[in-house]
Amino acid sequence: MSLSPENVKQVAHLARLELPAEKIGPYAQQLSNILDLVGQLSGADTAGVEPMAHPLDMHQRLRADAVTEPDRREAFQAIAPEVDNGLYLVPKVIE
Amino acid sequence: MAYDSSTWEVVIGLEVHCQLLTQSKIFSGAATAYGAAPNTQADPVTLGLPGVLPVLNRKVLEYAVKFGLAVDAKIAPRCVFARKHYFYPDLPKGYQISQYELPIVFDGHLDIEVDGPDGSKTVKRIGITRAHMEEDAGKSLHEGYVGQSGIDLNRAGTPLIEIVSEPDIRSAAEAVAYLKKLHQLVVYLGVCDGNMQEGSFRCDANVSVRRRGETKFGTRTETKNVNSFRYVEKAIEYEIERQIDVIESGGKIVQETRLFNPDTGETRSMRSKEDANDYRYFPDPDLLPVVVTSEDIERIRATMPELPEAKRARFVEQYKLPAYDAGVLTGEQALADYYEAVIATSKADAKTCANWVITDLLGALNKLGKGIEDSPVTAPMLSGLVVRIADKTISGKIAKDVFEAMLAGEATGDDAADQIIKAKGLVQITDESAIVAAIDDIMAKNPQQVTDYRAGKDKLFGFFVGQAMKATQGKANPEALNRLLKEKLAG
Amino acid sequence: MHTLSIKEMSEGLRAKKFSSRELTAHYLARIERHDGALNSYITVTAERALKHAEAADARLERGDAHTLTGIPLAQKDIFCTLGVKTSCASKMLDSFIAPYDATIVQKLHHDAGMVMLGKCNMDEFAMGSSNETSFYGPVKNPWDTTRVPGGSSGGSVAAVAAGLAPAATASDTGGSIRQPAALCGLTGIKPTYGRVSRYGMIAFASSLDQAGVVARSAEDAAHVLQAMSGFDPLDSTSIERPVDDLVAGLGASIKGLKIGLPKEYFAEGLAASSREKIDAAIKTLQSLGAEIVEISLPNSPLSVPTYYVVAPAEASSNLARFDGVRYGHRAEGVKTLEELYKRSRGEGFGAEVQRRIMVGTYVLSHGYYDAYYLQAQKVRKLIYEDFKRAFERVDLVLGPTATDVAFGLGSKTDDPVAMYLNDIYTIAANLAGIPAMSLNCGFVEGLPVGLQLMGNYFSEARLLNVAHQFQQATDFHKQMPKAYV
Repeated sequence: MSLSPENVKQVAHLARLELPAEKIGPYAQQLSNILDLVGQLSGADTAGVEPMAHPLDMHQRLRADAVTEPDRREAFQAIAPEVDNGLYLVPKVIE
Repeated sequence: MAYDSSTWEVVIGLEVHCQLLTQSKIFSGAATAYGAAPNTQADPVTLGLPGVLPVLNRKVLEYAVKFGLAVDAKIAPRCVFARKHYFYPDLPKGYQISQYELPIVFDGHLDIEVDGPDGSKTVKRIGITRAHMEEDAGKSLHEGYVGQSGIDLNRAGTPLIEIVSEPDIRSAAEAVAYLKKLHQLVVYLGVCDGNMQEGSFRCDANVSVRRRGETKFGTRTETKNVNSFRYVEKAIEYEIERQIDVIESGGKIVQETRLFNPDTGETRSMRSKEDANDYRYFPDPDLLPVVVTSEDIERIRATMPELPEAKRARFVEQYKLPAYDAGVLTGEQALADYYEAVIATSKADAKTCANWVITDLLGALNKLGKGIEDSPVTAPMLSGLVVRIADKTISGKIAKDVFEAMLAGEATGDDAADQIIKAKGLVQITDESAIVAAIDDIMAKNPQQVTDYRAGKDKLFGFFVGQAMKATQGKANPEALNRLLKEKLAG
Repeated sequence: MHTLSIKEMSEGLRAKKFSSRELTAHYLARIERHDGALNSYITVTAERALKHAEAADARLERGDAHTLTGIPLAQKDIFCTLGVKTSCASKMLDSFIAPYDATIVQKLHHDAGMVMLGKCNMDEFAMGSSNETSFYGPVKNPWDTTRVPGGSSGGSVAAVAAGLAPAATASDTGGSIRQPAALCGLTGIKPTYGRVSRYGMIAFASSLDQAGVVARSAEDAAHVLQAMSGFDPLDSTSIERPVDDLVAGLGASIKGLKIGLPKEYFAEGLAASSREKIDAAIKTLQSLGAEIVEISLPNSPLSVPTYYVVAPAEASSNLARFDGVRYGHRAEGVKTLEELYKRSRGEGFGAEVQRRIMVGTYVLSHGYYDAYYLQAQKVRKLIYEDFKRAFERVDLVLGPTATDVAFGLGSKTDDPVAMYLNDIYTIAANLAGIPAMSLNCGFVEGLPVGLQLMGNYFSEARLLNVAHQFQQATDFHKQMPKAYV
């Protein structure tokens, strides 16, 4: 499996990564090599095998419906890049 | 319906997002209360801080199962949470925890009443493809900033069930009927407060049109977040017209997400969603498969309230009410409870109670813009009033005055009717000698009218009733007054 | 003091041979002196450490101390520490002062009273096998500073190997505890998936990540792992099961222990010089009464490809939260939302992290999911079944940890695939979720060789017991790089 620079741009867009133009070529080569490595999987006979999402054969535990978290907005927003009046600010959201 | 329904067929499927009525969020212990100051209910899990992990709220699962049972759906013995990826500032983790391949609820249905061809009502079954548990997103606020938006994540992580219908709906009116029915159901179940202004119950409408006879569905558009029954109707109608116009003028419908503008009644394409999304769903590795056993289901089933349809049938059967009355009284769980409380404590005639609740109480609440929960006249208060009519302490006419007084807050407490009757001296006069005395007095003062009446001017009977009521301040027992007056006037 | 075992430190503190403040100051002084050359710490919390050491001394005085109270410990910078920078060695989190403590930080420092010396360097977001992807620069191997310490827990192992901490926490997604432990001559253990809480450990690949410890001996590791293990209601994947006593059984005999040698782990690819040391270790274990059985883990060759689908897929998702909105790096002067995301993430993540995000995004994307992700999950099942069958026959599985001793700095940085193949022996344990550890079994030209032990679920006590017995019979674990004695 080989990825073209165009493929890399598409994936980078989907992942919201800005890549400098000069890195796209090398990335395409490296990602193609990685996909070749993982491409070995296609040779494995997995007919009838259940996919394993998790090492644990357990099921989801449930918590009680109770409010346990106090308001710590000040502490959480102390590490935010830009806030105003308790809101996180971002460039305008266009719907 | 402005379009030609003999040419065009409309196909609608609805996705309803229903916020679940829990104290805490779906995956953390932050509060879900509406209206808190921005981001004060955003804990580390809600904020998606590095390293935090989700744990499922038990009540969310129970409510989803409850809903599934109410729409006669299948409950998955094992279901899975999946991550749905997209970048948006109100989605803190860059993915929404939702369900994809294995939802908790699937294969259900809801029956609605629709207008039949001859104007009569017929029942139509709308399939419910699935309902799944997921987390709500936060909110972007645009006012007050230039070139920026403010993000409030209080709503993020609020539990939702998304209820997806089959494309069985064929008109805006049917869509509204389905939504109203669904709304009533989730409120009845106590799983959702149903508050559409606050966004507790939101609808996305998938609409397409095709020429009659076509077997393939047309390209559909999804209109987002239409948050009142009226807007749903308007948005769908607009979208139908728009799509037909596009096709008739030789264009093609683009599969897209559209936004309804309630001010103009129009829908428009949403730029932000244009970028065809590849959500990259995969099972959330932070959460394990959710297992629901048949014992769990039975335990939850035991907590199910009587559902609207069953209750309506019971009201007709048990209280011998007309179907219309039963329908109104069971429209809301709280109203039905109110009505049954009035009957139970007053032991009065069911139809009389129904009239009081439907005509007087609902009429008054409507004027006040209040819901049954906020009624100034409580069920015990109305019950106390009905009792006094039944035992003839007051007449039905006086009772209206007592009711008004209770509504105005002149007395409170379960014995409010008695307090008012006493304070205003409204006890009915049933002592016949007192009534006879009043009649004698009136006849003595109006000899000409007595003569005329006896000469055959029957209409004057009303004059005597009026005078007698005036003399007794309306307190004379009407039945006794009529009888005694007839006797006396007959001479 | 830095040559004492944890047990000896604990006894020394109780006997008042030294105070926690003195012990802590001793390590801080060593860090000051040596870490310039090694770069094993990103943050040294000296003042805080001394304050906590004094509190530990007071607790020891009061008599309500834990065995570990007052003993210094280094934290890998992947664990959130309230009020202390938690960077994951990424520019993205260079400004991130964690507003909460990871569960293991609570357990080790608040409950047990260990004193945190600082936060250790690592590969960025734990993605790497050489500690060369760190935003804060590479870590050097104390045995030879021209070589890598291994990764991703390179800072943790370099610090412990050089005596800049008695032990350190670490995390292991595909070998990130064991491979660096091997390359720096330490004992490192990755417990059963779910045994140690992941709450507060910055996620790389959620279904593979597991926290553990690196220390100089199995006994030291047992003490620390004991204190950090256990059920956590904040982690849905945490196991509700009492923790075995990991220390009590260390001295048990291993007579009759059945050790499986998977033939796939001794095939082409393993350096002959390393193989010699491992063969010698096997002989030592045999002399202690262990029986050796040859086994096969036929799907092991598929573990690297499986891992490089599953781990990037989960990573691409876990790292989507770093968007410059609520915390972390935000690009300057962005005008649109898309710019905010793309530039913040483009600038904040290093090349290896970006590669993995892109691989993960690709394998999860529409049209490729079944071929890559779903297929990988199926192969994962086959790998798990290999172990299941093996553990029907043997008590534990033994093999090399790495293909060779530590390699030179910069020698594999241009070839991601060559770097990935470093993890060939360690990845399977993560895919299966079983516990595994590495211990030093000798030296090749002055560089340590790692021996890997893998056990069935919840067999941490047994693994540590075998390692301890080996260490009772050998002294590899006692050696220190000369410059740091």
